[in-house]
Amino acid sequence: MAMLHIVNKSPFERNSLESCLLHAKPGATVLLIEDAVVGAAQGTVLSDRIQKALESVKLAVLGADLEARGIAQEKLVDGVNVVDYAGFVDLVTGHDNNQSWL
Amino acid sequence: MKFTILINEGPYQHQSSDSALHFVQAALEKGHEIFRVFFYHDGVNNGTRLAVPPQDDRNLPKEWSALAEAHGLDLVICIAAAQRRGVMDADEAKRQGLDADNIAPGFRISGLGQLIEGGIQSDRLVVFGD
Amino acid sequence: MSEVKKFLYVNRKAPYGSIYALESLEVVLIGAAFDQDVTLAFLDDGVYQLVKGKNTEAIGMKNFSPTYSALGDYDVTKIYVEKESLEARGLTLGDLMDLKYEDEDDDWAEKDSIRVVSASEMADIMDTQDIVLSF
Repeated sequence: MAMLHIVNKSPFERNSLESCLLHAKPGATVLLIEDAVVGAAQGTVLSDRIQKALESVKLAVLGADLEARGIAQEKLVDGVNVVDYAGFVDLVTGHDNNQSWL
Repeated sequence: MKFTILINEGPYQHQSSDSALHFVQAALEKGHEIFRVFFYHDGVNNGTRLAVPPQDDRNLPKEWSALAEAHGLDLVICIAAAQRRGVMDADEAKRQGLDADNIAPGFRISGLGQLIEGGIQSDRLVVFGD
Repeated sequence: MSEVKKFLYVNRKAPYGSIYALESLEVVLIGAAFDQDVTLAFLDDGVYQLVKGKNTEAIGMKNFSPTYSALGDYDVTKIYVEKESLEARGLTLGDLMDLKYEDEDDDWAEKDSIRVVSASEMADIMDTQDIVLSF
């Protein structure tokens, strides 16, 4: 089993991403959408945490939300994938189950 | 695959209805089936036909209605959540003795069982909220 | 509708400040009629939903705490509360409501519905679900 975790809150405001990473099992994918995409940027207080998370889970961000917030793809932590809405759909179908961290 | 979508927030205040709309459009384009879109909590406010956003802004209730018409989507508004927030169809307005209804085309009002049934009948259920 | 699916309701928000806890409970009660495999998870601020001794009179809202006690009658008997979330908030099991159910497979013996689990056990519970409903 591999689960898709969907996070939509800025990790600088709420603990959703932190709680999600605490519960995501190795092999799971964490998709950041809406305000959560800011958590994948380089040079933040969380970048090291994200880098470490990549050792056990896959991380993806929704490109549309990234662009809307003025974050260039080159500024993402290495290893974070960018997907479009079609890619979001593929992540849902490609995992056994999914959970939104509201 | 067959999807049910749950939307927990109304239009404009949060991005969840926008995200869900884009997700549903992408899923349909990929040939997936949307079994049902269920609107709960403030999400019921996506189903009012009385919303008049500025002309240069998107009209989310209308976009949902249009998508429902184009693809035969089943857009279901939770009756308990809708009653709390004043989203009514003609029958419900009459039953409650109200002077108006406001449900948008393509939406219908029903019970929470429709959400559970969506989960049972679909391959995937995805939640959009705040 | 012959197949039984595993439904998990994830509660991560405190009650009364927003309507999520109350309306989530309404889904659980309706969903109980569908004979699916239902589990409730309380973590992060969601653990405040189960704290006992609430009085909502002065805020003018209905206290829906008694509804949690009725869950056992709806055959909702698996209620997992995360240990780390309790500890982070200075809470223990003793601060929570005493939720019980009668086990029909054990001569209707009264048993505790609440089980305190670690974050790692909670991760396993989440991982094995078919449907995860979060509000």
